[in-house]
Amino acid sequence: MNPKAAFPPLGKDLVGLESLSQEQILMILDTAEPFKEISERRIKKVPVLRGKTIVNLFFEASTRTRVSFEFAEKRLSADTVNISAVGSSVSKGETLVDTARNLEAMRIDMVVMRHGSSGAARFLANRIPSNVINAGDGRHEHPTQGLLDLLTIRDHHHQIRGLKVCLVGDILHSRVARSNMYGLLKLGAEVAVCAPKTLLPAAISDLGITVFKRIEEAVEWADVLNVLRLQLERMEEGYVPSLREYNRIWGVTAPKLELAPKDLLILHPGPMNRGVEIDSNVADGPHSVILNQVTNGVAIRMAVLYLLAGGHPGSAEAAKKEAEV
Amino acid sequence: MSVKVLLKGGRIVDPSQGLDGILDLLLVDGIVASLGKGISAAEDAEIVDCSNLIVSPGLIDVHVHLREPGEEHKETIASGVQAAVAGGYTAVCAMPNTDPPIDDPAAVGFIVAEGRKANAAKVYPIGCISVQRAGESLAPIGEMVDAGAVAITDDGNPVMDSGLMRLALEYAQAFNIPVADHPEDLGLSAGRHMNESIVSTRLGLAGKPNAAEEIHIVRDLLLAELTGGQIHLQHISTQYGVEAIRQAKARGVRVTAEASPHHLVLTEQAVEGYNTDAKMNPPLRTAEDVAAVRAGLADGSLDVIATDHAPHHYDEKETAFEDAPNGLVGLETAVGIIMTDIVGQGVIDITTMIERMSCGPARAFGLAGGTLSEGAVGDVTVIDPNLTWSVDPSVFRSKSRNTPFAGRELKGAPNRTIVAGRTVWVR
Repeated sequence: MNPKAAFPPLGKDLVGLESLSQEQILMILDTAEPFKEISERRIKKVPVLRGKTIVNLFFEASTRTRVSFEFAEKRLSADTVNISAVGSSVSKGETLVDTARNLEAMRIDMVVMRHGSSGAARFLANRIPSNVINAGDGRHEHPTQGLLDLLTIRDHHHQIRGLKVCLVGDILHSRVARSNMYGLLKLGAEVAVCAPKTLLPAAISDLGITVFKRIEEAVEWADVLNVLRLQLERMEEGYVPSLREYNRIWGVTAPKLELAPKDLLILHPGPMNRGVEIDSNVADGPHSVILNQVTNGVAIRMAVLYLLAGGHPGSAEAAKKEAEV
Repeated sequence: MSVKVLLKGGRIVDPSQGLDGILDLLLVDGIVASLGKGISAAEDAEIVDCSNLIVSPGLIDVHVHLREPGEEHKETIASGVQAAVAGGYTAVCAMPNTDPPIDDPAAVGFIVAEGRKANAAKVYPIGCISVQRAGESLAPIGEMVDAGAVAITDDGNPVMDSGLMRLALEYAQAFNIPVADHPEDLGLSAGRHMNESIVSTRLGLAGKPNAAEEIHIVRDLLLAELTGGQIHLQHISTQYGVEAIRQAKARGVRVTAEASPHHLVLTEQAVEGYNTDAKMNPPLRTAEDVAAVRAGLADGSLDVIATDHAPHHYDEKETAFEDAPNGLVGLETAVGIIMTDIVGQGVIDITTMIERMSCGPARAFGLAGGTLSEGAVGDVTVIDPNLTWSVDPSVFRSKSRNTPFAGRELKGAPNRTIVAGRTVWVR
């Protein structure tokens, strides 16, 4: 790739995929490709973000996403600080805006934030000059998860355009679902959802999305199933009568997949509830790419960090070849 | 010696008398003394030149949150009535969802006393329907009326128990006051933050469907019909809600209803970008709903324009959308917004505007005013229909600044506010 070729800048922040163009999304995926290899090295570190200070600000519990970001940051040589809501001033009633101002006063370069309220990432991004990366805001978006899902699907099918991808499960409360829908639609996939109507948001078909009532229809139609976590609270809140019934009717199980006319690629953003939305023999089966998603997550986050820090997509290959530190 | 004020040469628009013409208006000792052409001023009269201005019976806002007692950082009765008179209002009805709530005669008396002390717009207290607004048992409605309450409501909280609502509609009839309800079925709306639609889906915000409001509108209409009571339905925002009220009026149900300026001019699109100043309850809805609320305002299905003035401290709105409180300040922008976007676009004429902002509210709540007929109270609003201005929250007299209309260019504004013959505000 010509390092001087025009590329669409991402802007200051990554808040969601809804506002990105197809070109921007492809640029991130393409930039992630050379970064995949770094994690396979004996010494997994390049000096791309040396001297940058990054705060991982997690108002909600997270293991996978936080660790994935942290690996991405450390492998790019950034200095990182983790703040989680438990045991910090955040849990003592400090407001989001005060947290933001305090971080800014410490002269940081980037914030990776997870927050329980939709729009929280945009709120922060509008108020501080640092780059803000949304690591999940309420039920709005989780853009790096969407991107790593796209990368994983592309790895296996080589292109997204024309693929039939069905998101299965709790679409209503899912930020992963929204980021997936926007990303997939922009890259030309056909997108469907499958869930009980209680777990679907209003007017979702207005986005150009097909709705399947039953998993059998989705299995018949799809090339890819992205199976979303069903949180236990949803049963307590009455969205589904019981987890057993959910598994029986909407769960992705081996007998249901046997009805598929073609091999289905199975994704799950984790953490899984085995025996609820997905059965173990599917999650661990030959068509599952769930652990590939986790691996790709680090590369995608490296790409996003690199691009927001001003890195040129065409230079990613060169950047990683700089002397190992 | 009597105090005389002569408003000369204004266009007097008084729908209560079917009046619209260039006339003089003489107020003596706070009462309308005469209305006619070429009234000669006594030497000791204060003369107000009203040429090129509209002279209206004083505007009345039946839905205002003054926040006192309990949330004086947002608004006080004193600051609220200053905002009212700067918005052209000569009287406001104070909602009882304060801390503590206005659910007994002593609390009503406090509002009356503070209103008098504030000495600007008149303040009419509204009492709670239920003790502590808890929706369980009736508040002492009769004693509150004796202390000065003009209506009852649990506003902010709907009355979820239909049996209690029935009792309120029956019991209140002894006092000839309306029962005002905030129609909302919490089972469909609690923990939700905006209109339910493709916009809420995209933004990842839990939505309130129109049905949440309409179920209680229909319930209240049926209960008013059952009991013969007088129901006043607050801040109607949905298409079917308007239609249900229209049909009930045709059947003779004793119902009055409000439209709020924001539901007449804004759609849910205003929420885009998680704009907390556009967060309100009921939420901003779709263009079809706005069109229906406008049609209801025009044909009289909705009797009253009421602002639902809901001040919040700036840092309460400076937060994630889901964490922000509902509401916007409305007193100081209502006339400009209605004249520009509703009268200016031909939805209603100026006469109907004054009917909905003065006469209708006075009738619905049985208040003095709403007319410039001889012997009526001398509450007058003078409006400049040609003044162009832009909304600058930093100069609001309200303590709060939460408005989605900041920066709006408007045409038409209050010019002078006269309460009981005394000018309490002039531009």
